[in-house]
Parts: sequence; C-alpha cells; structure tokens
Amino acid sequence: MIPISWYLLLSAFLFACGVTGFLTKRNIITLFMSIELMLNGVNLSFIAFATRLQTLDGHIFVFFVMVVAAAEAAVGLAIIISVYRTRETLNVDRVNLLKL
Amino acid sequence: MHQFLFLLFGAFCVGGAINLLLQKKTINSALSLIVVMGSLALIYLLLGAEFVAVVQVIIYAGAIMVLYVFVIMLLNAGKEEEVQGSHVAKIFGIPGLFAGGIIGIWVLLQHRPDDKLLPIGAMYGPADKVGELLFTKYLLAFEVTSILVLIAIMGAVVLTRRSRS
Repeated sequence: MIPISWYLLLSAFLFACGVTGFLTKRNIITLFMSIELMLNGVNLSFIAFATRLQTLDGHIFVFFVMVVAAAEAAVGLAIIISVYRTRETLNVDRVNLLKL
Repeated sequence: MHQFLFLLFGAFCVGGAINLLLQKKTINSALSLIVVMGSLALIYLLLGAEFVAVVQVIIYAGAIMVLYVFVIMLLNAGKEEEVQGSHVAKIFGIPGLFAGGIIGIWVLLQHRPDDKLLPIGAMYGPADKVGELLFTKYLLAFEVTSILVLIAIMGAVVLTRRSRS
C-alpha cells in the first residue's frame, strides 16, 4: 500500500531535476536529455492519477507524450547535428547568432 | 514488499536523475538517464500499467536513448566546458530555491485531499484494454499521431542532409 503522494513526489523530483539540468547545463545534448527527464516525470504522475481514478485514459495520454517525445528527439537531434556542422560546437552559449 | 520495491526503484530514479546533473561527460548523463527510464518502467509495472511499462522500455530506453547515444558518438561530445556562473545567482538562487520549495510544499500540504493508498494491482491496464480505447475513443488523435511521426521523419532527413552545392 503506497500513498499516491509518494508517486507525485517522485514525479515532482524528476521534473525539478529536469528543470535544473535545463537551466544549468551548457551542452545542447544534455539540455535535450533534461527535457526527456521532465517528460518522464509528467508521465509518472499521469499513470499515478490514472490508477487513483481507475481510468485508462491516463495511459493513452502517456502514449501520446511518448510519441511526441520520439518526434521531438528525432527532429531535435537532427537540428543538433546541423548546428554542429555549421558551428563546430555543442555549447549553447556559442550558438548565439539570433542574439542581439 | 510493494513498498520495498517502490522505494528501491524510486531510489534508482532519484540517483540516476542526480547523477545526470552531476556528470560532466555527456555519455555518462545519457547512461544515467537510461537507468532512470528503466526504473520508471518498473514503477509503472507496480502501478499495473503493463502496456506503458513495455512501451517505456521499447521506445524511451530503447529507441530514443539509442538515438541520443548515437548522436553523442557521432559528434564526439566529450566533456562539458566549464562556465563561470553569476555570483548573484549562486548567493541568492540556492536559498531562494529552498525557501520557494518549502513554501510551495507547505501550501500544498494545507490543501491536500485525502491521500488514498494504492494497493498492489489496484488497477490493471493490459494492452488489449488500452488498444481498445486507442482505436475507439482516441482514434482521431491516434491517426494524427501517425502524420506527426511521418513529418518528424521527413524533418530529420531534410535537416541532416548535406546540401549538394
């Protein structure tokens, strides 16, 4: 018997770790992995609430989140490769052409 | 038993997430993210979400992370460059984060609804029930998803292609 708040705490912790990584890391691939970590945290709370409310709709939402994450990873990594080709760097601080 | 398993895999999750933040090399971060995803799949199994657990292992820990590791090897991503953060952020950021977190948790605890316990096998989410829902109630969204994946494939091909000129 596990309280639902434990699952939500774990989910919130994973999301917070993702946000921290996104804000503090400088490597563009690590930034993308932090986004994946945030999505995983959200998925966990979806499943916990689906079990709490005894409905399967949460599982469907997790499925859609995973599809979007896969599409995002494919396009995002393609963008990373093309950025690396033109800039020769993975540091987001050096990719600042759009910055004033 | 259930609590023990949850705490074990939860500890793996927390450790992997912290390790992802602490590691300097990108490949180590990717491997700890795989640990997080694998233990999350087991937590989904504890919650009775069979389909989601299997999809988590196949898509997240399998396909997506293989893509990441492949790109890390392709681009030869080594150590992260050290950056000098602002001192103001260091001095005020961490205590501010703790204070904000404690206030947020306190407010949430004030308005907490009943904390229902979830026994093991409280709900059973097998693949056939999920598939039935996917092909009846969420049929339109499912079909739109396939178009989204197709566009993502085309986008990846177009973005990584070298121009001939």
